Amino acid sequence: MMTKRQIYIFSAGVVGACLILGLAIMCGAAGFGIPDLSSRTGRALLNLRACRIITGFVVGAALSTAGCVLQTVLRNPLAEPYILGVSSGASVGTAIIMATGLAATYPFLLPTGSFIAAMLTVVLIMSIAQRAGGSHMPQNLILTGVVTGSILSSVLMLIITFAGTHTVRSITWWLLGNLQCGSWELLTACTIPIILAVIYLLAHSNTLNALLLGHENAHNLGVNTNTTIPLLIVMATLMTACAVAMSGIIGFAGLIVPHILRRQFGSNHRFLLPGSVIAGGIFLVACDILGRVCIPPHEIPVGVITAVSGGPFFLYLLTRKQR
Amino acid sequence: MIKLHDIGVFYEEEMALSHITLTIKKGEMAGIIGANGAGKSTLLKVISGALKAEGKALIEGREINSLSATERASVIAVVPQEIPSEIPLRGYEFVMLGRTHRLPRFGAPGATDVAAVRKAMISTGTEPLKERFLSDMSGGERQRLALAMAFAAGPRIILLDEATAHLDMHHRVEIMHLLREMNRSQGVTVLMAVHDLMLAGRFFDRLILLENGSILKDGTPQTVLQASILEQAYGCRIRTIPLPDDLGMCIVPE
Repeated sequence: MMTKRQIYIFSAGVVGACLILGLAIMCGAAGFGIPDLSSRTGRALLNLRACRIITGFVVGAALSTAGCVLQTVLRNPLAEPYILGVSSGASVGTAIIMATGLAATYPFLLPTGSFIAAMLTVVLIMSIAQRAGGSHMPQNLILTGVVTGSILSSVLMLIITFAGTHTVRSITWWLLGNLQCGSWELLTACTIPIILAVIYLLAHSNTLNALLLGHENAHNLGVNTNTTIPLLIVMATLMTACAVAMSGIIGFAGLIVPHILRRQFGSNHRFLLPGSVIAGGIFLVACDILGRVCIPPHEIPVGVITAVSGGPFFLYLLTRKQR
Repeated sequence: MIKLHDIGVFYEEEMALSHITLTIKKGEMAGIIGANGAGKSTLLKVISGALKAEGKALIEGREINSLSATERASVIAVVPQEIPSEIPLRGYEFVMLGRTHRLPRFGAPGATDVAAVRKAMISTGTEPLKERFLSDMSGGERQRLALAMAFAAGPRIILLDEATAHLDMHHRVEIMHLLREMNRSQGVTVLMAVHDLMLAGRFFDRLILLENGSILKDGTPQTVLQASILEQAYGCRIRTIPLPDDLGMCIVPE
């Protein structure tokens, strides 16, 4: 049950979300205002903006929910797809598909390649962290993730080096964290797995609550930890991979949103998961608006905005004393 | 009923349990005692299915590892040694975790779950803690909530791993009375690893004394809590003084 204060915060959040979505449809490189639907240009503009807003919402929801799940399953408050290097792994997979030129014909190949590479990265990171003394230790997992992420970034540079001029441009623009997703086809191909993953996670919100007590206690509470934990990690990876395939690397969205929600509403995943979906989506749409309006007529990629706000937040979490 | 036959556990070539064979009958209240590293917690982990072991571990006639996670949790509840304080849950949400295996996949907990949690919180005196976060509670309060969580599960067997270690004398005795009440009135089997020998002598019908992963003595408190046996298990000189009025035994190191 929510307290009075939480109900106020929730109501303010709903009002804020409506305002942000309304603002998002009116903001763009073509100026401020609702596009004129009577003209072809206006309709095209609305189509572009709608695609961008939905992409922003889906990507933000996916990254935020993935972060929330990873933090619980790995019992690590700093766990997040970007920091763990999962996003970098996914980006290598996506870049390879982009470099082959197959993405234009078969958009679903982008999330597929992204997911395979992201899964391989997760397995690699977990096994290295385990050898380094246990994946439950925050430092081990974070350090392994950061180093693996750096190595994968170099692999990405290598792919860019050997790619053709046109591919280099599209990979670079996509890499910066760009919400102007190529097409509705790609958006659909990536959104369906994300929705399925969210449904799976919502069905396991009680399991995630039990996992807050650690793997052994969760086992004692009736969780089949041997199968459920890997599946939860696969779902978080799938969501990250689909988000990366659409919008490139957007860091820290999976860290900021779940932490703020935990602080305000506690860690009951029955509320935290849907909260992460909605707040994560709104957060990224708001960051995108900021990127579009702060230095007109230039557009700052949304990945830059989240990194600028998320980096200091990460450092704050890293240095703050345990209460 | 818990039946263990020739149980052996090794941690990287180091023996933690060896040739453990014992039977805990339905409705028994037994304590596991022994020095640090004797294998008390390991034995409980084997019974709860958290640790795979050589030999056979049967719960109500079925191999523990053949039970599904849900079946296992509906039979056995485990009260851990310590509940971490950093878990951002309220008391009520924490106790509800005991119902994890019965909760619906979607939606709010059912009326049965709510009633079970309420009953467990009232019986453990933790109702005033239901809105407070675990991080704002003392170790003793968290431990009482852990017991409420186990009660809320409605188990037939409760395993406790030194669960009263963080409690003051008042709450320690209160929890022991509560366990005995559950044991006597509902026939719940209680198996508890315990360090406090006087508490063990006072409240348990049977004590199992472990030494270096093996059973040194198994029997009533009167037969197990003998100075010579305890000296062998703990490696120090011990004096035992029987107390009047069925209060058990006073055990002091010399």
